Amino acid sequence: MELFAEITGNINTIGYGLAAIGPGIGVGIVVGKALESIARQPEASGIIRTNMFLGIAFTEALALIGLVAGFIFT
Amino acid sequence: MEEVLNSDKANVLAASSEDGFSPPSIAEFFPPKLFEIGPDFLGQPLFAMTRINLIMIIMTVALLTFFYFAFRKPSVVPTKIQSLGEIFLDFVRVHISEEVLGHQAKRFNLLLTTMFFMVLAFSITGILPLMHIAASSVIAIPLILALASYVVFNYAGAKQHGLVHYLQLNLFPPGVPKPLYVLVTPIELVSTFIFRPATLTIRLVANMIAGHMLLVLFYSGANYMLLVSDSLLLKPFGVFSFLAGFAFTLFEILVAFLQAYIFTLLTAVYISGAVSEEH
Repeated sequence: MELFAEITGNINTIGYGLAAIGPGIGVGIVVGKALESIARQPEASGIIRTNMFLGIAFTEALALIGLVAGFIFT
Repeated sequence: MEEVLNSDKANVLAASSEDGFSPPSIAEFFPPKLFEIGPDFLGQPLFAMTRINLIMIIMTVALLTFFYFAFRKPSVVPTKIQSLGEIFLDFVRVHISEEVLGHQAKRFNLLLTTMFFMVLAFSITGILPLMHIAASSVIAIPLILALASYVVFNYAGAKQHGLVHYLQLNLFPPGVPKPLYVLVTPIELVSTFIFRPATLTIRLVANMIAGHMLLVLFYSGANYMLLVSDSLLLKPFGVFSFLAGFAFTLFEILVAFLQAYIFTLLTAVYISGAVSEEH
């Protein structure tokens, strides 16, 4: 059985690509909801912006763990 | 037939491994050591000085110099450098510390200001000329800062509520029906005492590593495609790569500032959660 074509390299890249789907959607939802609520009540935009950054930090942590895991598990 | 197939495969493999372009790898963050001193520890000398340690020392001296000259002789009508220092300190005090901690901000202003400027100064070196690597992209600096925030919020919470009551508030949150504690307590244990310092560390390190490798890839790719390679078809991609490197340098400035802000804000939120006087 001959080899006609092969892919070489690390499967970590595919792993990171799959790991980035969830946090991408999550950050989109967080920022979208924050924009909606700022539009509804502009005088609360300070506290909403602070909580938006908090939410982004928490959801992006998972994407970054996926990125770093690609380097650890070589 | 077999010779044709094998030679095609050999050609494809040879084209991908030519000795022109080598993409960045994790070895970027382990530059050659300038000197090593100290007793042996796990097979290597205990202290080593690399380019990254030198950058840390330079940025520390720069920060200390700036704040020394800003607040050497504070006067009610501020001089130019003092007003700049006041703007920087007021940013952390008003927008991070007092917004999250309220009336307890005074106890923790020192820690939060130091953390913010340390992360910012060490992360901005990723785009500074002659230094081109973020000092917070090695895991030592974010680990120490995350451990500092871990010790502070746990100690503040234990001092506020008493150690046993503080652990009980965190691990057995009130208002949960008794049988669910089997599920909630391990989750709370991992989330509060393991996940928080780990994600603080990894968030900063991974952002800095990713940013540095992107910039190295774009600029070394531009160099290879424009100057080293002989193929004429790669030249437009070389220009595109250079422009993308420029755009990502601006993005790195934003990421450095944002990561400093998020690190300090999360520490303030953890402290405020630990010393909160509810229930």
